Amino acid sequence: MAILSVRDLRAYYRTEAYGISRTVHAVDGVSFDLHPDEIYGVAGESSCGKSTLIKVISGNVKPPLKAYSGSVEYDNGLQKVDMLTISPEEMRRNIRWKEISYVMQGSMSVLNPVRKIIKTFEDIVESHRGIQDKKVFREQVEAHINRLGLPTDVLNAYPHQLSGGMRQRVAIALATMFQPRLIIADEPTTALDVVVQRGVLQMLKEIQAESKNTVLLVTHDMAVHANVADRVMIMYAGRIVEEAPTKTIFKSPLHPYTKHLISSLPMIGVRTTKTSLRGSPPNLANPPSGCRFHPRCPLAMEVCRTEIPEMVDVESRHRVACHLVKGGAL
Amino acid sequence: MSVDGNLFDVQNVSVVFQIGGLLGGVKLVAVNDVSFTLSREKAEIFTIAGESGSGKTTLSRLLLGDLHPTSGKVFFEGRDLSEFRSRAELKSFIKKVQPVFQNPFETFNPLRRVEAYLFDTAINFGVANNVKEAAMVVDHALQQVGLSLAEVSKRYPHELSGGQIQRISIARALIPRPRVILADEPVSMVDASLRMEIVNLFRTLRDEEKVSVIYITHDLATAYYISDRIAIMLRGNIVEAGPVEEVLERPMHPYSQLLKESVPEPEPEEKDAWVKHISLGVTEVNEYNQVGCKFAGRCPHVMDVCRQADPPNISVGPRTVKCYLYTEQAREAAGHPEMEEARK
Amino acid sequence: MTILRIIRDLLKYDSRFRLAFIFLSTILIMMLLSLVSPYNPNKTFVVAMDTPPSLEHPFGTSSRGQDIFWWMTFAVRNSFLLGMVTAALSRVIAIIVGLIAGYEGGWLDKVLMAINDSFVVMPLLPILILLGFLLRGKMNFFTLGLILGVFGWPWDARLIRSQVLSLKERAFTRTAVYSGTHPFWITIHEHLPFVLPIVFATTINNMLWSIGMEVTLSVLGLSDVSTPTIGTALFWANQHGALVAGVWWWIAAPTLIAIILFLGLYLLFSSINEYIDPRTRLRLIGG
Repeated sequence: MAILSVRDLRAYYRTEAYGISRTVHAVDGVSFDLHPDEIYGVAGESSCGKSTLIKVISGNVKPPLKAYSGSVEYDNGLQKVDMLTISPEEMRRNIRWKEISYVMQGSMSVLNPVRKIIKTFEDIVESHRGIQDKKVFREQVEAHINRLGLPTDVLNAYPHQLSGGMRQRVAIALATMFQPRLIIADEPTTALDVVVQRGVLQMLKEIQAESKNTVLLVTHDMAVHANVADRVMIMYAGRIVEEAPTKTIFKSPLHPYTKHLISSLPMIGVRTTKTSLRGSPPNLANPPSGCRFHPRCPLAMEVCRTEIPEMVDVESRHRVACHLVKGGAL
Repeated sequence: MSVDGNLFDVQNVSVVFQIGGLLGGVKLVAVNDVSFTLSREKAEIFTIAGESGSGKTTLSRLLLGDLHPTSGKVFFEGRDLSEFRSRAELKSFIKKVQPVFQNPFETFNPLRRVEAYLFDTAINFGVANNVKEAAMVVDHALQQVGLSLAEVSKRYPHELSGGQIQRISIARALIPRPRVILADEPVSMVDASLRMEIVNLFRTLRDEEKVSVIYITHDLATAYYISDRIAIMLRGNIVEAGPVEEVLERPMHPYSQLLKESVPEPEPEEKDAWVKHISLGVTEVNEYNQVGCKFAGRCPHVMDVCRQADPPNISVGPRTVKCYLYTEQAREAAGHPEMEEARK
Repeated sequence: MTILRIIRDLLKYDSRFRLAFIFLSTILIMMLLSLVSPYNPNKTFVVAMDTPPSLEHPFGTSSRGQDIFWWMTFAVRNSFLLGMVTAALSRVIAIIVGLIAGYEGGWLDKVLMAINDSFVVMPLLPILILLGFLLRGKMNFFTLGLILGVFGWPWDARLIRSQVLSLKERAFTRTAVYSGTHPFWITIHEHLPFVLPIVFATTINNMLWSIGMEVTLSVLGLSDVSTPTIGTALFWANQHGALVAGVWWWIAAPTLIAIILFLGLYLLFSSINEYIDPRTRLRLIGG
């Protein structure tokens, strides 16, 4: 049973300025399922559509972005919620924080810069559940953050007094206050130093292991996925090119793009020459025909230029969209 | 005094910033007693690695003559940078030391065509006398980075990918035929599929054009991939420096060890080890004001002496380590557990 | 023709610009009509006094025996020119001071900003009244334009300076420096394109301010009241107690024209401001 299922989702940005209209095909036919108790990684380069995907999944669709077709369904076992048609009020009251919560890059948008951390906790809990006794509440919060390995004094600090890594961990603590079933983490460690990144991801992983919920982790850093995710999905130019359990995708990647991403990762101790792909990621206002990767693909065939490759299941949990795989060439 | 055989000779340089007003101001030592040299004879890639707040960007500004040290001296080809006064002198210096910046989408004015900067560089440094000559020079430089003037001509920055702009940026830096290219995080904002070609370019420049590269980064994996020597910085101090294989394969300073361990490796088989428990500091400024070794607060091998005075720079083979664990007394105490661990 | 194309685009897609276009065209037509006026504005008692608006005299006639419509064509032309003179002079000063202070910094910045701030804190109206007394008789609308121009730049110079200060910190300025570019050309090529929208926006603002200032001084009788302007129209109407005498059209005509002119300039300002914003420009070239 999937906790979130996305089917054939198409979401475009349509802008018009002084008579020039543009349509950016940011998410173009994406389907996948999130299961309970897993960390699902979404990887891809800048403007591959992963941030747009997150916006649509979290019901945060505002013009010029619009979902044109497909469905996003959240299912907590008791009820099914259509994330594309849910009202903002319903979202705020019943879903956000309680069912689905977010951790973004640079958490300052969640933390109020002029209020102490404990006040931000109070504000959020007050508006969702109400607080009967402030003292009891404070003890609960303290217990919660201590369990996550954070010192109690952070509650009395202002956001600017904390380091970037500590702020990010406070944001995770906030996101897990109501024990949501789904945590969406969008580039949660991108601006952080490696040592701090490790601490933040470790915390996220511990929380997941303990509460057995689902984490959707979006980051462009394949090495992070290797160390954190259970399954990984690779996006290229608005479409999924491959999805598999982490070990499988690193050991036997099938799509030429995935292969390149993995083989080009530099590692300490390895000096063999690594190469880049030719060309640049496509402009999604005018994407290439057929397989969107074909202009950069070292193995492109004639069919890749004309036909969109279908997603095929290679093994039970490994699927890939590539003409080479369908044709049995690999 | 400077040694004439060196391109760059950085001698005991410190930079102190005064933060806040006259009363209650705080002194921040952004760079503390840093020394290193870059040879004139042999082109090399020298990495200055560190996390945010390590002082590596301040150091890069010192090397570009953008900022003068509070104490100590920076020599370029035997001349003290702080003695350059006239525009002509500065211009002849920047002709030889050229920068490549971090954010490709900020490097060039969004309202200007990118080739304008290449033509300007060719004409301003006297590499070309007129636009026609400049076009040849520019095209040659672009060919060196795998592009051509025809591809770049009439393009605005937003019409190019981050990888392309970064290559154009390197081409621009190559036009005055510099001795040194100073690249400040040149690939941190470039997509993974385009990153390696830029990194490879630095290698080619070193081997074929004999241009030395000072590579400033937080990314140890690419640093290992391209550089000859590395210096690891922590809160303004170079804590360990030496040949990159030595330093990154067998780091000796506890901070270098932590840093190396924290780099995620694309090996899902070992993932549980990477996310084992580590401790993080609560706030960032604490370590700046720490007396003695800046790592003392986080170091698993901390001793009393570490909190009392700055550790000395100790030579161990071809590298230097700024750590009390490697003083002669400590080394004489044979079988010292910390030493053993460090050697591993 | 890019200018024509821009005007066409704006007319098509921006309702503010359409309104501004109608208002300012009206003003422009009036200004042009002054060239073929049947009456000399400096001659009085050429038509019957105090007649209300009619087909023959669309805005009626004044107590001084002048046709108000035709007199206003001169007034609008002069007020507009005054605004242009002020704006042109003060823009030049603001750009030079702002760019130099922002880019050069150091002691030059300190000196220029000290002068700048002295102009900001100077009580303008009393000074203008004083100058009005001193220059009485010699104060034609052109001199007034220059005087206002000398006082009209400091706010905008500060604005330009702060813009340049932030541009100076951006990497592309450093790229230009390390391309060996002379500071003068850095200012012209790298910074001016970002500063021009400010200059444009403030030009219109400055014209509004200057025309308004002239009205104030004229109503007080401190400008050259023999030159027709929107301000002097009100001055003469007041002198003859137009409202008390029931000659309301004498007040209504300049007021209406002032409103059309001000609204037109303001709408033009906000529409153009958005159009030449670098971000909009980037969007248009597909960024």
